[in-house]
Amino acid sequence: MNTAVADDILTQLRRPSSPVQNAAQEAFDNLTETVGTVTVDNPKMQTSNVNVFYAEKQAIFDVNLDIGNNEVIAMIGPSGCGKSTFLRCLNRMNDTIPTCRVTGNMSLDGEDLYGADLDPVLLRARVGMVFQKPNPFAKSIYDNVAYGPRIHGLASNRAELDDIVVDSLKKAGLYDEVKDRLDAPGTSLSGGQQQRLCIARSIAVSPEVILMDEPCSALDPIATARIEELINELRENYAIAIVTHSMQQAARVSQRTAYFHLGKLVEVNDTNAVFTNPQHELTENYITGRFG
Amino acid sequence: MNPLNNTDKEHQTAAMNASTENTTRSTTATVRASLKKRYAAEKRFRLYGIIAISSSIGFLFLLLASITSKGLPAFTQTFVKLDVELNSEQLGITDAPSAADLRSANYSGVIKQTLRDRFPEVTKRGEKKALYKLISTGAQYELYDRVAADPSLVGQTISLWVPADDELGAIIKSDADLTQPDSITTRMTDQQIAWAKTLKDAGDLDVRFNTTFFKNGDSREPELAGIRAALIGSAFTLLITFTLSFPVAVSAAIYLEEFAPQNRWTDIVEVNINNLAAVPSIVFGLLGLAVFINFFHLPRSAPVVGGIVLSLMTLPTIIISSRAALKAVPPSIREAARGLGASPLQVVTHHVLPLAMPGILTGTIIGLAQALGETAPLLMIGMVAFIVDIPASITDAATVLPVQVFLWADSPERAFVEKTSAAIMVLLVFLILMNAIAVMLRKRFERRW
Repeated sequence: MNTAVADDILTQLRRPSSPVQNAAQEAFDNLTETVGTVTVDNPKMQTSNVNVFYAEKQAIFDVNLDIGNNEVIAMIGPSGCGKSTFLRCLNRMNDTIPTCRVTGNMSLDGEDLYGADLDPVLLRARVGMVFQKPNPFAKSIYDNVAYGPRIHGLASNRAELDDIVVDSLKKAGLYDEVKDRLDAPGTSLSGGQQQRLCIARSIAVSPEVILMDEPCSALDPIATARIEELINELRENYAIAIVTHSMQQAARVSQRTAYFHLGKLVEVNDTNAVFTNPQHELTENYITGRFG
Repeated sequence: MNPLNNTDKEHQTAAMNASTENTTRSTTATVRASLKKRYAAEKRFRLYGIIAISSSIGFLFLLLASITSKGLPAFTQTFVKLDVELNSEQLGITDAPSAADLRSANYSGVIKQTLRDRFPEVTKRGEKKALYKLISTGAQYELYDRVAADPSLVGQTISLWVPADDELGAIIKSDADLTQPDSITTRMTDQQIAWAKTLKDAGDLDVRFNTTFFKNGDSREPELAGIRAALIGSAFTLLITFTLSFPVAVSAAIYLEEFAPQNRWTDIVEVNINNLAAVPSIVFGLLGLAVFINFFHLPRSAPVVGGIVLSLMTLPTIIISSRAALKAVPPSIREAARGLGASPLQVVTHHVLPLAMPGILTGTIIGLAQALGETAPLLMIGMVAFIVDIPASITDAATVLPVQVFLWADSPERAFVEKTSAAIMVLLVFLILMNAIAVMLRKRFERRW
């Protein structure tokens, strides 16, 4: 009996033209311009006509998107839609992939990201990044946080460095849990604590923008709630771009939401607007769970 | 819905249920039938594994036991006690001799006289010669050392323990029955054995720890031959090998793994490094001979050339294992450091290298152990020479432990058999020490992530 049902579902899926997908494909093919407002009043980062290629394959098509000061922008979309690729272009983390090519304009406070004036090392000090999997260094908790300030020479003496470390750990909401064991290895912490340590590590360099690539995907709901709370607090001082697979998370933490689909930016709007009244058919399909 | 259709569906469902049941039953039966076979296969495989491991352990023990049983006697030596009268007339010196006088004095004459006095019945020339052969020709140097250290001894009678000849030494060490000379396999004559018995009965023969073996260089006389020149030679050679190959190989590995662009040229380099690891070692020896000795005119038989040649041989081993160790460092660590604004070099030196260090060190030790045991390329550059003097620098003529083993294994004197095994034991101890250091370093550098 079960096999029959499964067969039925498989045929449904394999059928070349389900009405929903057909319409979606059509809508995507017709998509030339992003729906919604891509610009903001006080932009921190601006991008226009961004195309990204991996060898011959194009991963991002003509994306225009601004990231505002003191806002959290969430990037959502199905797997392989290019949201992570786009995020990684914002601090040139894709530079190390030899086949990766980026065209278009991206700027931070009006400075061209890919221009000759802005060294990638300097850029990454100004645009921090938190990764999907917590990746603390094989060093003590203290050294993990102190690493960035040390290589950039942000502290002139030990006391200043101590201040930066304690301050960053406090901002990341981790200080009370680890204040007695700053010498313990960073890897000895739990997953959620490790991710907060990674956030503290990024904050310690005093970046202007923090990019987060699915920061909670490896965490349990309690740790996730803690990180989301933290993102809310951090918004006061930083511009934050977060890639997430969870629409609830996007709705909870962000002020604006951008929906990506197969490398195109389909819709950008206030988070409320996107989730309550999506303008584009593809966005609607995605957030109502019809695909993705 | 029409009824006909309904019945059809029921039929179908029934049929499907039946077939499902059938499949289930037959699946269970098939799996159950094959289970026994699968477990039997696993059992067989485990048995093969146990056989393989126990046979290799058995062979290892056989080897170690054979080497140890043959080599242990080399660590003891038989000494003969002589009461030497230091007659200045017979020594050919004055009563207040200068250092030069002492050096050129006739010690061997004095010792021979002592032996003749001990066995006054020996008068014939041939017999005398046989008597002198009971003790090592090195006895005169022993005597010189004593007198040179304290010239006031001249004119007195001193009792001196001198090394016995290797043949006599072997008989005494094997605890043979001296009353039945026929039962002993030796080149010594029955008369010599009788003399030895007299000495032994008087308590003038003793077996002691063989310090000569660790103090001397090579010698034609087995009882005077020592391992020291080869040991120092090996140490110098390995030092050169390490200082040259480690930094070069690790830098090459880091460049290839972390910085080099992925193109045809790096592919070619990579393939050739792998090929280099498979080149027979004697080819490196030929290269050393042609390039370093004939072209650059570096000294022959010297640890400096040996070290260069061996480091060429060790390079690919260290490069390959270092690259593997670097590759094993999770990319997330690199991303994290890069994301904080670390420059590419900082990413490597602060994060990747420390994490890869245990693996790199393991590869280095494997490479050096290989170099330590290498003989063939060193033959080509003249490190197979007969070295009596202890090398004092990397440009002095020297030999190394495995070559010394090779040389002694080639010597006709029976006493060199035990020397050969003893040299192998020293070589093994050297290796074990190196591995112990490697394990210690690994423990120090090992970090969890």
